[in-house]
Amino acid sequence: MSKERKIKVLCCKPGLDGHDRGVKVLARALRDAGMEVIYTGIHQTPDDIVNTVIQEDPDAVMLSMLSGSHNAICPIIMDKLKEHGIDDVLVAVGGIIPDEDKTFLESHGLKGFYGPGTDLKTIVDFVKNNLKR
Amino acid sequence: MEYSNLISQLLKGHPRAAARLITFVENDIEAAEEIVNSIYEHTGNAYILGITGAPGTGKSTFISTLIKIYVEQGKKIGIICVDPTSPLTGGALLGDRIRMKQLFSIDNVFIRSMANRGQLGGLARATEDVIKILDAYGCDIVIVETVGVGQSEVDIFKSAHTVVVLLVPGLGDDIQAIKSGIMEITDIFVVNKMDLPGADKKIAEIQQMLEFKKNYKYDSKEISEKFAKIEQWTPEITKVNSKIGENFDELLGLIKKHKSFLEESGVISNYLKNRITNETIQILKYKLTEKVEELLNSDKEIGKYIDQAIKKSLDPYSMANLIIKMLGLEK
Repeated sequence: MSKERKIKVLCCKPGLDGHDRGVKVLARALRDAGMEVIYTGIHQTPDDIVNTVIQEDPDAVMLSMLSGSHNAICPIIMDKLKEHGIDDVLVAVGGIIPDEDKTFLESHGLKGFYGPGTDLKTIVDFVKNNLKR
Repeated sequence: MEYSNLISQLLKGHPRAAARLITFVENDIEAAEEIVNSIYEHTGNAYILGITGAPGTGKSTFISTLIKIYVEQGKKIGIICVDPTSPLTGGALLGDRIRMKQLFSIDNVFIRSMANRGQLGGLARATEDVIKILDAYGCDIVIVETVGVGQSEVDIFKSAHTVVVLLVPGLGDDIQAIKSGIMEITDIFVVNKMDLPGADKKIAEIQQMLEFKKNYKYDSKEISEKFAKIEQWTPEITKVNSKIGENFDELLGLIKKHKSFLEESGVISNYLKNRITNETIQILKYKLTEKVEELLNSDKEIGKYIDQAIKKSLDPYSMANLIIKMLGLEK
């Protein structure tokens, strides 16, 4: 009991994107897997997200993007995290991510890329197996 | 020392150091011990404001409006939002930040979500420690939002200088107002969502309850010693609309009034004494429970006692007394 480490995950929707069904289902699945999940709601700017990461100190950040703006927004988030010296947090993006964008996003340190229809257990296992601390 | 680097950054007001230290005190009571030991002398400057109320009464929205006003006054604010942990899976969904979306500068506002990890009473085990970290971090005000309470989650009353309870029109009748629990520990009642019908009726119900309290004083000595903070103060009541910030001037006036009451009446020393006593009892309970559990699971002698208890030749009370003897806490 005295040492009780919980996996803490931040789920959010960056940018002008209101399609939050997927991220809510994901948040619920991670919760049911015994994780502490913070959900921040829609329309998050990169600064919002980085501020939340600094304050909440999560082990993983799950970005849900269905708007097509992932190539523009995700690298900004990664750069700002780096500026603050945060390099031990798993950052994943999912939603509608075309195959041809994955290499670019990977080169910025992003992982995941799960889309609609993914088995929730796959994503839960992904989080558990890819933590950086 | 393992945490000394982070602690010196914390004292310089480095938000990430505060966040890392909070994670350590949440996850590990031994870390909490070491950290609190080092920062304790730097605490005691923050005013602690407890916000509680049933789920859906608008606590997060209310706090969001409050933060905005305090930031405009140039204050540095820490916010701790406690949400419940699932008793089945141990997981939690922490959603209080959704209502606090306005972009606050990270220099002035530090928001942290916490799961209560099964602790009853409306707070998490580590909440007291997190308050201390935010205090040492330099916050002028620390706002603690409890789990959406039912009726008896009253721990916040022991931690906070001022307890604000949020109510909404149309939830519960006049009988709810005279039940025990959170209605008794409140310093300021706020009827939120004042634009909804029934807000004035709600105020009238609370006023009736308070009238009764004015005419009838508790007469037990113990009550006046331990609860002087409640005993000598007649709770205030107001109504607000958190979404548009309506009537917050009056509310802020009431918080100020309660603060001056604590200082001028000397009740604050009573509050500090009770707070420290209570905190120590919590720590002792935690440590002793751990020791006892260890003993129960490992000691052969106790295994024999349990067998005897099953055969009805020893009852649980007598067994407990024997264990107290084994621990050297003679009774």
